Amino acid sequence: MKRIVYSLLAIISFLDLNAQNADEILKKVDQNMSSENRVFESTMTINGKRGSRTITSKSYSIGDKKAFTEYLSPAREQGTKMLKLENQLWIYSPSTDRTIQISGHMLRQSVMGSDLSYEDMMDDRKLTDLYSATVNGSENIDGRNTWVLELNAKVTDVAYAKRKIWIDNERYVPLREELFAKSGQLLKQSAMGNIIKIDGRWFPTSIVYKDMLKQGDGTEFKITSIKFNQVIPEYIFTKAALKK
Amino acid sequence: MKLAFKLAFKNLIGAGLRTWLNVIVLSFSFVIIIAAKGILVGWDRQAKNDMADWEIGGGQYWHRNYDPYDAFSLSDAHAPVPPEFKEEIANGNMVPVLITQGTIYPGGRMQPVLIKGIHPKQNLLKLPTQNLDTTVGAIPAIIGANMARANKLQTGDYLTIRWRDANGTFDAAEICITQIFTTNVPTVDLAQVWIPIENLQSMAMLPNEATVFTFRDGNLIRRGDTGEWKLMTFETLVSEVEEMIKTKSAGQAIFYSILLILALLAIFDTQVLSIFRRQKEIGTYVALGYTRGQVVGLFTIEGAMNAILAAVVGAIYGIPFLMWFAKKGISLGVSSAEYGFAIAETMYPVYSGSLIVGTTILVLMATTIVSYWPSRKIAKMNPTEALRGKIQ
Repeated sequence: MKRIVYSLLAIISFLDLNAQNADEILKKVDQNMSSENRVFESTMTINGKRGSRTITSKSYSIGDKKAFTEYLSPAREQGTKMLKLENQLWIYSPSTDRTIQISGHMLRQSVMGSDLSYEDMMDDRKLTDLYSATVNGSENIDGRNTWVLELNAKVTDVAYAKRKIWIDNERYVPLREELFAKSGQLLKQSAMGNIIKIDGRWFPTSIVYKDMLKQGDGTEFKITSIKFNQVIPEYIFTKAALKK
Repeated sequence: MKLAFKLAFKNLIGAGLRTWLNVIVLSFSFVIIIAAKGILVGWDRQAKNDMADWEIGGGQYWHRNYDPYDAFSLSDAHAPVPPEFKEEIANGNMVPVLITQGTIYPGGRMQPVLIKGIHPKQNLLKLPTQNLDTTVGAIPAIIGANMARANKLQTGDYLTIRWRDANGTFDAAEICITQIFTTNVPTVDLAQVWIPIENLQSMAMLPNEATVFTFRDGNLIRRGDTGEWKLMTFETLVSEVEEMIKTKSAGQAIFYSILLILALLAIFDTQVLSIFRRQKEIGTYVALGYTRGQVVGLFTIEGAMNAILAAVVGAIYGIPFLMWFAKKGISLGVSSAEYGFAIAETMYPVYSGSLIVGTTILVLMATTIVSYWPSRKIAKMNPTEALRGKIQ
C-alpha cells in the first residue's frame, strides 16, 4: 500500500514539475517573442500553384492591440496600408484612394493569398495566457536540442485548440510549430530559422508557414530588420496615417 | 358607325398589296411582342416556382442579423429555435437551417463555402436531404451540380472541410458527397455544402440553433416578426427576381418597339398618301353631308383597321408558332450559375390572357393614334376645293 502511495506521489510531483517546467519554458519563449512594441521590415514570398510572388512591407506594432503595416513592393501593392486597432482592421488602397473598414471576422481571411491570416499575423497574445503546456519529450532539429511542448488551450477564444512547439533548449525560441484543429487534424505547420540575437533576445527572422490542407510550398516570411521597444509616434496608429 | 367600318374595310381591301404589306409587318410586331413578353412571364413563373420548391417555401424567418450578401454576418446570425416554432417543425411545416462559414479542400485547393445544416427527413424543400440520412464513415453531405462541376467533385468523394466553432476555434473533419442534385436555384447550389443540422450544431457548438426557418405556406405570416426572428414573406423574397425581370422587360421593349415603330411608320405614310390622293373623295363625303369629324373618323378607322387585320393575320400563323414555341421552349445558353439567380437552361414562354389582350390594345391604340395624326388635316380642308381636287 505504502509503495502505491509513494508511486502516486512521485508521479504527481513529476507531473507538477513537468507542468512548471513547461510553463517556465513558455514564459521564456514569450519573453523572447513578445515585446512592448516593435518595428520591422519584412518580405513575404507566397508560393502558389501559378508561381511565386514577393511582397515587402514595413510594420509597427504595440502589443497585440495596435499594428500598422505599409506595403513597399511590388508596384501593384505599393502604398497599400493596413491599420489594426483592437479587433478592427482598415485597409487603404492607393489605387482607389479609399480606406475600407473591415469587421473583426475579416481578420480570419488570408493575407494577400498567403498561408497566413490577418489574425495569424497580428495576434501577438502571449502563449502562456492562452495555453497550458506540458513537455512531451525532446528532439534534435538541425543539430539543435529541443523540448517538444504540447499546448492545450485554456481559454475558449483561440484559433487553434492545440499546438505542438519545438523549443530550442538553449535559446528559448521555437524552431518548429504545428497547429491543430479541435478534432486533432494538423492544419498548419511553421518552421523558424535564421535565429539572431537582437537587444539581448533571440528571435527567428525567417518563418515558413504551410497550410497543411492546401497544395503549394507555403509562404516564407523573412524579417529583414527588426527593432524592439522603439518610440513609435502615436499618429502612426490613426486612420489619418493611412492616407499619408 | 357601322357604315364607316364597312367603308373603311372596303377601302383597305381595295388598296391591295399596300394594305397587306402594312398588315404583315404589323402582325410581326404582334407575334414578336407576345413571344418576347411570354418568355419573361414564363421566366418569372418558373423562377418563383423553383425558388419556392428549393429554397423559400411559402416564406422564411431570418435571424435579425442574417444578411445573405454578407458572409461575415453569419457568426452573429443564429439563435435557439423559439418555442413557438417547435410544433411547426415537428409537423413538417417548417424547416430550420443553420448556416456557418467553412472551407473545403478539393484536390488540395482552398475553396470557401457556406456550410448549411438541414434536417435529413424534411420534405418541405426539394433538396434530396434523405441522402444525408446515411452512414458513410464521414459527415454525409449533398451539393449542387454547379458546385460539383466547379470543384470537380463526384458522388462518393471524400474531402476535408474546415470551420470555426462559436468561439472561433478551428476544427476540421472529412465529409463524403452522398448526392449531387441539379437545380436552377444557384442560391442553394453555388459554394454550398449541405449536411445534417445536428452535425453542424455540434460542430459549431450551437446546439438547437438555427439561422433561417423556411415554412410551407402563408399561414405563419400572420405571426409577423417574433423575438429575434424577422419575417420574410414570399413576396419580399422574390422581389429581386421581379425587379430583375422588370429591368429585362425594359431592355427587351427597346427591340420590339423598333419593329412596332417601323410598322406604324408605314401606316402613317399610307395615311398621308391616302389623304393627299383622295381629296376628291373627301370633298364628296362633305358634299354628301358628312361632317369634317365624321370624315376624320372614317380615315382614322381605316388606319386603325390595319391593326385588326394584323391581329387576324398574326393569329393565323402566330397561334401555331407560339404554341410550338411554348412546347419547345428556348435555350439561352446560360446557366443559373453564371446568372446568379434562378433561371432554367430552357425557358418555356407563358402567354396569359392579359398579355394577349394588353398587346392587342397597345398595338390598336398606337395604330389609331398614327392614323388619326395625319387625318386631322382633313378638318382644315376647304370642301369645294377638295371636291375640285385642288391640292391643299
